[in-house]
Amino acid sequence: MIRRTRHAAGVCAVLLAALLVNAARVQVVESPGLEGNPGNRRADIARYGVPRGDILVDSGPVTGSRDTGGRLRYERTYRDGPLYAPVTGYASQTYGTSLLENLEDGILAGTDPLLSPLPLLDGLHRVRPPGGHVVTTVRAAVQEAAYRGLDGRRGAVAAIEPSSGRILALVSSPSYDPGRFAGTDGASADAWARLNGAPARPMLNRAIRQTYPPGSAFKIVTAAAALDSGVVDDVDAPTRTPRPYVLPGTSTVLPDAVEGCENASLAYALQWSCNTVMAGLGARVGLRGMVEAAAGFGFNDPGLRIPAGVSRSNFDTDMSRDQLALSSIGQFNTTATPLQMAMVASAVAAGGTLRHPYLVEKVTRAGGETAEHHGPRAYRQAMNPATAMRLREMMVQAVEEGTGRKAAIGGATVGGKTGTAQHGVGNKGTPYAWFISWAQADDAPLPGVAVAVVVEDASADRAEISGGGSAAPIARAVMRAALHG
Amino acid sequence: MTAPPAEASPPEQRPARRRGVELSLLLCAVLVSVYGYACVGLARQGAVPPDAARYGAGLGALALVAHLAVRFRAPWADPLLLPIAVLLNGLGLVLIHRLDLETPEDVAAPTQLVWSGLGVALCVATVIALGDHRALRRHARACVTAALLLLCAPVFFPPVNGARIWIRVGELSLQPGEFAKVLLAVFFAAHLAAHREALAEAGRRTLGAVRLPARRAAGPVLGVWLLSMLVLVLERDLGTSLLFFGLFVVLLYVATGRVGWIAIGLALAAAGAYAVGTLVPHVHGRVEDWLDPYAGIAAGEGTGQLAQSLFAFGTGGVLGTGLGLGHSVLIGFAAKSDFILATAGEELGLVGLTALLLLYGLLVGRGFRAATGLDDAFGTLLAVGLSSIVALQVFVIAGGVTGLIPLTGMAMPFLAQGGSSVVTNWVIVALLIRLSHAARAPRPAPAAPQTPAARPVALR
Repeated sequence: MIRRTRHAAGVCAVLLAALLVNAARVQVVESPGLEGNPGNRRADIARYGVPRGDILVDSGPVTGSRDTGGRLRYERTYRDGPLYAPVTGYASQTYGTSLLENLEDGILAGTDPLLSPLPLLDGLHRVRPPGGHVVTTVRAAVQEAAYRGLDGRRGAVAAIEPSSGRILALVSSPSYDPGRFAGTDGASADAWARLNGAPARPMLNRAIRQTYPPGSAFKIVTAAAALDSGVVDDVDAPTRTPRPYVLPGTSTVLPDAVEGCENASLAYALQWSCNTVMAGLGARVGLRGMVEAAAGFGFNDPGLRIPAGVSRSNFDTDMSRDQLALSSIGQFNTTATPLQMAMVASAVAAGGTLRHPYLVEKVTRAGGETAEHHGPRAYRQAMNPATAMRLREMMVQAVEEGTGRKAAIGGATVGGKTGTAQHGVGNKGTPYAWFISWAQADDAPLPGVAVAVVVEDASADRAEISGGGSAAPIARAVMRAALHG
Repeated sequence: MTAPPAEASPPEQRPARRRGVELSLLLCAVLVSVYGYACVGLARQGAVPPDAARYGAGLGALALVAHLAVRFRAPWADPLLLPIAVLLNGLGLVLIHRLDLETPEDVAAPTQLVWSGLGVALCVATVIALGDHRALRRHARACVTAALLLLCAPVFFPPVNGARIWIRVGELSLQPGEFAKVLLAVFFAAHLAAHREALAEAGRRTLGAVRLPARRAAGPVLGVWLLSMLVLVLERDLGTSLLFFGLFVVLLYVATGRVGWIAIGLALAAAGAYAVGTLVPHVHGRVEDWLDPYAGIAAGEGTGQLAQSLFAFGTGGVLGTGLGLGHSVLIGFAAKSDFILATAGEELGLVGLTALLLLYGLLVGRGFRAATGLDDAFGTLLAVGLSSIVALQVFVIAGGVTGLIPLTGMAMPFLAQGGSSVVTNWVIVALLIRLSHAARAPRPAPAAPQTPAARPVALR
């Protein structure tokens, strides 16, 4: 019986060995896979176990954290959520993150090695450092002026400091409150479903993620191309533009909205927005020259990040001459984000040099010590400095005596360009009203701000929609806020 | 489960009593438990809990009382049994307390401490009152009657979480199957000790190639198999029936050495388990869950208990998150009972889990060691039976929560929340202490020829 008792003990030993081998399998071999399993909430619990760092505007936080006492302990809150949503994005326990909340997640959540004083020793202590802060380049007064100016109408505003590339405002309207769906409860799910189903698409970031036909605002690019390529030497000389202007290779006549465009000079054409002159100049510059000029302003760059990805603004690289002519006045397939058009104005204001636009000034540790600083960076040389000088003068003309008079500000030099973009089948859609401009305070050495405004309000009277009418006053308010606010 | 020396040692070389070793090991067990309790406090509140000393003193007092009982009533007992039980019980209390922090509305540790005290008291009483384990043999019939009554009782009570294994009296709930298993072990040991020759000798009737034993010896065998299946079907308690059957098969083998019809028994059990696994939805669901623990996640139906348990083990990795720093409470309602091992796996890691399993292995091994040292068939079979109960139970529940075998609701001995379980396990330890005392005590002078009835049939 002793022998058989030992057999029984042996069987128990085998069972124990099986348990140990299986435990090693689960805890060592399968451990990494189990950690990443979508059903495993531990990563979320750790992530929301500490308050998230804040996103700062004018050195004040526009975000916050609320201790819910629940399993996912800290929930994101937003101050002026709809105002800053195009900058911050959202950080939801259910729906993930977007924009800065997404791109700077490592900093905000405290996982980024930048936050660790001794990165190599990170694995040794388990406690996650408190989340760092993200200091944006946005200025509250400029952002508010833009948001108030749009006043709930569909549209967007982008404002840049030309000398540095700092983004001073990024507004999309209508907007949403990211705090509405920060948690995991039913109210969050309802808010998320409602926002995603809303026909006005409040969660679309129109400032950087929506492209519009730029219309006449694009004529700045065409003018720069004409001057840089030598097609136009003297901005006041007649441009030999026939009237009626027939698109090259077709029998389509291009109309003008104003009188006096026949054979007009570049200065006159820009001041009064002559379609015929600018289309003809674009066609004469040629496809290669126009594509190069557009690319110099940032068109066709799919990789622009501020750090949020900016949708690619388009200028076709393969077109017939009539298509090129239409594209040169911002029609056909030419599309641009509001940020792109702000960059166009910025390049003119800054003497032809285009800085890389950026939204994050620096990131800091929880205590406020800088962990990483972002300075101005070169992006493109959009045009010759001399060309920029002449364009500046023409844009100032357009504000002082032309289509952009509603943008003028006392005590500052303002240059601008209107645009009214036809779109839709047979141009039946409500036109988009554009205004791009820049402003330099009289006592300042450099232009302080470049702005692009687009308004796409379907409820507005169609006749009222013109760059000079509905977009220019918004640009004026934004520029005033940037210069004085 | 170290193999004992191959040859029985002569009486003069029997081991020393080792009561001092036991006392120092008990001190270690209490210190480790208090250390664990302090770790939980440090991790969760940033300070050693103010009542850590009280917890240590309470556990130490229980251990000391048990030690004194052993010292004076079973001085030759194996010195490892008691410290292992105290350590497992102490760690169980720490783990339950740690999970209590996550579920403030359902605090279980104080109750468990009361039950542990009761268990130790019962252990002490058994060690003191039961002078000679052979006395139990005379009560085999009473034991099996009581076991059957206990097993049948839950049928008259409502099922809890799909299994009908509880008796509820007011606030108090008992799991009679826990007590029944010790009683059944006594009965099996007594019956097989009495009939082992009849069972080993084949009878005249044959079934195919296997010759069946006499009906008087085989009758209770068939009866118990049917009983285990009945329990399974009526109470949906796969674990208990598996335990009874395994216990029975082990004892049958040790008693008779007949592999042939143990194989038949296993085949019948497999057939029964397959039938129930396919036909009873509650059991079938567990098998499905075992085959694919993550099916619910993929289907968007949420995460099942087994998947949560595996996440806990996986998160623990080799070294664990540290006591108090895991999230095994995500497992849900059974986290403190059936799934307590997941908390150990997550917070103590593979290292801690291995240590725990080796502790069980050591406990079982010492039980088998006592079995091989005993001269009477009943004692040997009882020691084998009790050790096997612990071994099988550990295997079934640990294998279940780590995904090795389909999950069956069972309590991890000493570790899991559950009064009936902890009390029963203390009784098992008490019996093993008695048995190991009998196995290790110096033999009386060689039996005089004129008193052959004083000792049971020689076994070797």
